[in-house]
Amino acid sequence: MKLLQLPPAELRRQLATCGVWLRTGPFSLRVQSRIPSVAEGLAKFYGQFEVRSVHEVFADFHVAVNPPASLRHCLRPQATFSFDGIQPLKPLPRGQAFTMLEQGLNWCVSTQAHHYLILNAAVVEKNGFVAVLPALPGSGKSTLTAGLVLSGWRLLADELTLIDRKTGAIHALPRPICLENESIPLIHALNPDAFLSPPSRDTTEGPIAYMRPPKESVRRQHEPAHPGWLVFPKWVAEGEAELRPRSKQQSFQFLTQQAINYSQLGAEGFRVCTGLIEQTDCYDFQYSQLDEAVAVFDRLAASTTTSTLDHEDARAC
Amino acid sequence: MINAARLCLGLANPMQLGHFSEADWDITLRQARAAGLLATLYYAALGASQLDQLPERVRAQLGAARHVADRHKGVIRWEVEAIHHVLDRIGVPMIVLKGAAYVVAGLEASQGRIFGDIDILVPHGALTDVERVLGRTGWVQEDRSTYNDRYYRQWMHEIPARRHAQRGTVLDVHHNILPLTARNKPRAQALWDAALPVSGFNDLYVLAPEDMLLHSAAHLFLNGEFEHGLRDLNDFRRLGWQFADAPQFWHSLKKRAETLDLVQTLAYAVRYANRLLDARIPEAGMPGLSPPETWLMDPILSRGLQPNHASARDLWTPAALFGLYVRGHYLRMPLHLLVPHLLYKGTLAKFNEQALHDANQEKLAQFRAFLGK
Repeated sequence: MKLLQLPPAELRRQLATCGVWLRTGPFSLRVQSRIPSVAEGLAKFYGQFEVRSVHEVFADFHVAVNPPASLRHCLRPQATFSFDGIQPLKPLPRGQAFTMLEQGLNWCVSTQAHHYLILNAAVVEKNGFVAVLPALPGSGKSTLTAGLVLSGWRLLADELTLIDRKTGAIHALPRPICLENESIPLIHALNPDAFLSPPSRDTTEGPIAYMRPPKESVRRQHEPAHPGWLVFPKWVAEGEAELRPRSKQQSFQFLTQQAINYSQLGAEGFRVCTGLIEQTDCYDFQYSQLDEAVAVFDRLAASTTTSTLDHEDARAC
Repeated sequence: MINAARLCLGLANPMQLGHFSEADWDITLRQARAAGLLATLYYAALGASQLDQLPERVRAQLGAARHVADRHKGVIRWEVEAIHHVLDRIGVPMIVLKGAAYVVAGLEASQGRIFGDIDILVPHGALTDVERVLGRTGWVQEDRSTYNDRYYRQWMHEIPARRHAQRGTVLDVHHNILPLTARNKPRAQALWDAALPVSGFNDLYVLAPEDMLLHSAAHLFLNGEFEHGLRDLNDFRRLGWQFADAPQFWHSLKKRAETLDLVQTLAYAVRYANRLLDARIPEAGMPGLSPPETWLMDPILSRGLQPNHASARDLWTPAALFGLYVRGHYLRMPLHLLVPHLLYKGTLAKFNEQALHDANQEKLAQFRAFLGK
C-alpha cells in the first residue's frame, strides 16, 4: 500500500501513537511524531512510498520527531529528532520539523548503513546512462539534479549515494530533493508545476525547500544501477555549459573525500572507490543556465549505447 | 518484566539465532545496538554457522557493525604500538588493560568489540615521567579542574584521562586496577609479577589470564556506571570460556581472587554471568564463592545489567542505577570523602567544568595549529 492511500486522519493518528511503517529505498522505517507538520510533510513528499500495517514488526530505523521534554519548549518551540531513544542532532525550530526528519534520516543512513559505501552525491539515470554527481555544497548539484529529474531523468539519490560493497551497484534512495536559496526560484521557473514545499525561512543558512521525487523514480527504487559517468558539477555565474574530461587520480581523491563512511570502511572503502573509478568516465561539468545543462545531459543520454560513447574527448586516465 | 532475554539467549546460545522471529530481531538488534553488541552478535552467529539462516535485513545490519568493529581493531593495535613506542624510549614498562589487551593478545573476546578508550598500567613511581612524555607527544589532559586533578591523583588508581590532540584517541593511565581509597586492596606488584610479555615488543605486557578475568569483574562490579554492563559481563563470559581450557583454571582463579582481595567481586561476576548469560562457570570448582546480599543485589543488578534501551527498563530501573552509582563510589571512597564528592558532582562541578571544557578546546585548537593542521 502507498502512503497516499492512508486517510490523513489515520496517518496523523498512527504517526502520533505507534508510528507509521514506511519503506524508503532499501531501508524500512518506523516514524513516530506528534507534530502535525511532519504528517503533512510525509503526505506531500512520501505519498508514493510503501507503507505497511501498524503490526509490521521489523524496521531498520526507529525514529521520532517530537517537541523536547523541557519547559523551555514553551518559550521557543522546537522539534527534536531521536533514533531509538538517542538524540544525535541539535533540535531545530518547530516550524522545521520536516527538515528535522530529513536530516535525521540522513544521519541514520550515514552512521548505520556501512554495508554500503555512502557518497555525498546525487545519481540520475536516463536510457541506461547513469551519472553520479559528487559535489561540494554550493556547487549547484541539487539544482542540476532537480532540473534533470523534472526533464524526465530517473532520480536514484539526491544526497546519499549507496554503493553496494560487493557488486559496485548503486541502490536507489530517491527521497525528496533539498533545494536552497536561489535554486528555489530557478526550479520554479524551469517547471512551475514542480511540487515544492513552501520555503522555510527561519534557518541560519537561508530558505530551504523540498521537491517531491517523481512517481516513476519511486516505483523503480528497488532497481539497482551500475554507474557509467562521474560528473563533478559546478555552477558559474556566466558561460556556456562545458564538459571536460578529468583525471581519474584526481577524481579518486575527491571521491574519497566525499565518501561519508570512508574512515569506517578503511581498506574496503579504498577498494570500492577504486572499483567505481575504474568503471566510470570522469568529467568536470560547468554550467550557468539550467536548461542548457539539461540539454547537454539529454544529448549524452540519447547518444549513449552500452558499448560506445559519443563524445569528443578520449577517456582521461 | 523487562527483557533482554532474546539478546542474552543469542549471545549465550547462538545456535538459537536462526530460530528468532522478525519481532525477536527487531527488539534484539535495537537492544544490541544500545549495548554495543551488534558486531558481537555477528560473530556469535558466524561461529554457530547461523548467518545464512538470518533474514537479509538482519545480516546487513550485523555485517555493517562487524565491519566497523574489525576496522576499529586495527586502529587500536596501531595506537597501542604508538603509545608503547613513546614509553619504551624512557624505559617505562606498560601493561595493556581491558579491551586493548584483548586485541593485542588476540583473544576471542576482541572479536566484534568496539573499544572506546585505551587503558594501560604503569608503575606508580613512573607516573610523573609518563605524564611529561605523553604531554610532549600530543596527549592532552582534558579536564584540568583542581577538583578533578585531586580526585584522580590523590584518590583514584589512574591519572586524569588524556586525549590525543590530532587523533582524538582517549588514553587512561592506571597505576593499579582499583583506587587508592577503595575498600578492596589488590597489590599492583602482584599484577606485575604475573604479567605476560607480548612477543615482538620490549617491556609490553598483558595481565595473566586470572588477573585479566578478575580485572574485568572489578571493572564491572566495583564501578558505578553500568552503561555497558551487559557487554562487560559478556566479556567476562568470553574470557572465562577461553581461559577455562587451562587445567585447574577455576581453582587458580579463586586463589588469585583471594590474593588480590577480589573474592566477592568474582562471586558476583560468576553469579550474573551464569544467570543472565548461561556462562556455565562451574561454581563447584570454586568452593566458598558466595556473593553477599543477593536478596538486594539480584533485583538491582538484573536491572543495572540490562541494555540502556527503553524496552529493557521498568519503573525501578532509575532507582537501581542510582543505587549502583552511589554504591560504586562508596566502594571506591570512604564516607568522609564520598559525601562531599557526590555533592560537588551534583552542583558546582557542572559550572566549573563547562568553563574548563571551553578553555581546553581552545588549547587543543592551538596545539593543532602548531602541528600545521
